[in-house]
Amino acid sequence: MKALCHLTLLLCVTLPFFALPAGAVFLDERLEDPAQEARARDISGDIRCLVCQNQSILDSNADLAQDLRQIVRERITLGDSDAEVRDYLVRRYGDWVLLDPPFKMTTYLLWIGPAVIFLIGALLMILFLRGRSGQNETATTTVLTREEQAELDRLFDSDGPGDRS
Amino acid sequence: MQLRFLVPVLTFVAIAVVMWYALFNLNPTEIPSELVSKAAPEFSLEAVPGYGPGLAKSDLATGKVVLLNVFASWCVACMVEHPFFMELREQDTVDIYGLNYKDTPTAAAEWLQRHGNPYKRTGMDLKGRVGIDFGVYGVPETFVIGPDGTILDKVIGPLTRPMFDMRIRPLLKGAES
Repeated sequence: MKALCHLTLLLCVTLPFFALPAGAVFLDERLEDPAQEARARDISGDIRCLVCQNQSILDSNADLAQDLRQIVRERITLGDSDAEVRDYLVRRYGDWVLLDPPFKMTTYLLWIGPAVIFLIGALLMILFLRGRSGQNETATTTVLTREEQAELDRLFDSDGPGDRS
Repeated sequence: MQLRFLVPVLTFVAIAVVMWYALFNLNPTEIPSELVSKAAPEFSLEAVPGYGPGLAKSDLATGKVVLLNVFASWCVACMVEHPFFMELREQDTVDIYGLNYKDTPTAAAEWLQRHGNPYKRTGMDLKGRVGIDFGVYGVPETFVIGPDGTILDKVIGPLTRPMFDMRIRPLLKGAES
């Protein structure tokens, strides 16, 4: 009974985080043709809202996002391909409007930066660990005393019939 | 010399400097304009009633550097920069053209009557489409337009005197010489 209580509580607390993104579909803006509508939503989902920055224009209810959604739908009904619609917006707002920016000269740092930082980190860590294990070797190889060596020899000899050469 | 302990300290300092700079000197809400050094987009708009003969792309290529200010009567930040524009107009420093963004004709006319008209010509972008062609994503924005109608720069947010002196005055001088 207590376990059930805990479970319910846990669900109540965590459920909001599992809720699916509402996808804020603004119904009054829909296109007649379901295929075109699907394309419009697909494109809008990849266009970054300039006002709320980390939302796509599909999710944002900013005024500008609404205008841009309408433009996306207009371009589609005018017969633009997906790439042409994106181009139309990029010409006005730059690569910045794409949530998935293309790989080119001005954005290469954005794309390979994390990998470069990771590699530098890995290199430094390898160097650091190498240096440390080197230190350990010199620290532990102390010469055995005569008694210790004798003891060691005795142990080895008693171990087998002496086939060590 | 055992200076290896300095490595993490220096790493921290380097990161702190970069972050400090980014925190106070970079503004994430300022997106650089894609249209800089490109020709202004094609447009033709009617004037705010009573304020000039309307505004089109051809009006911007005047043979000198001019400003195109995007404003609206509903825009609070526009009132911040407005007195400065009035001053520029009085001193005849630079011609300013007004792009009235997503406003109503009556509200825009009333606003200009109340606060004064610094603009040489005005155009009403009722649906905001011309604004989008210009890459406008908030009001106010001020474009610096070159003698041949190319966009030289864009200032996002209210235009202040220091910003004018730093970014626009050199362009005005550059065009004179």
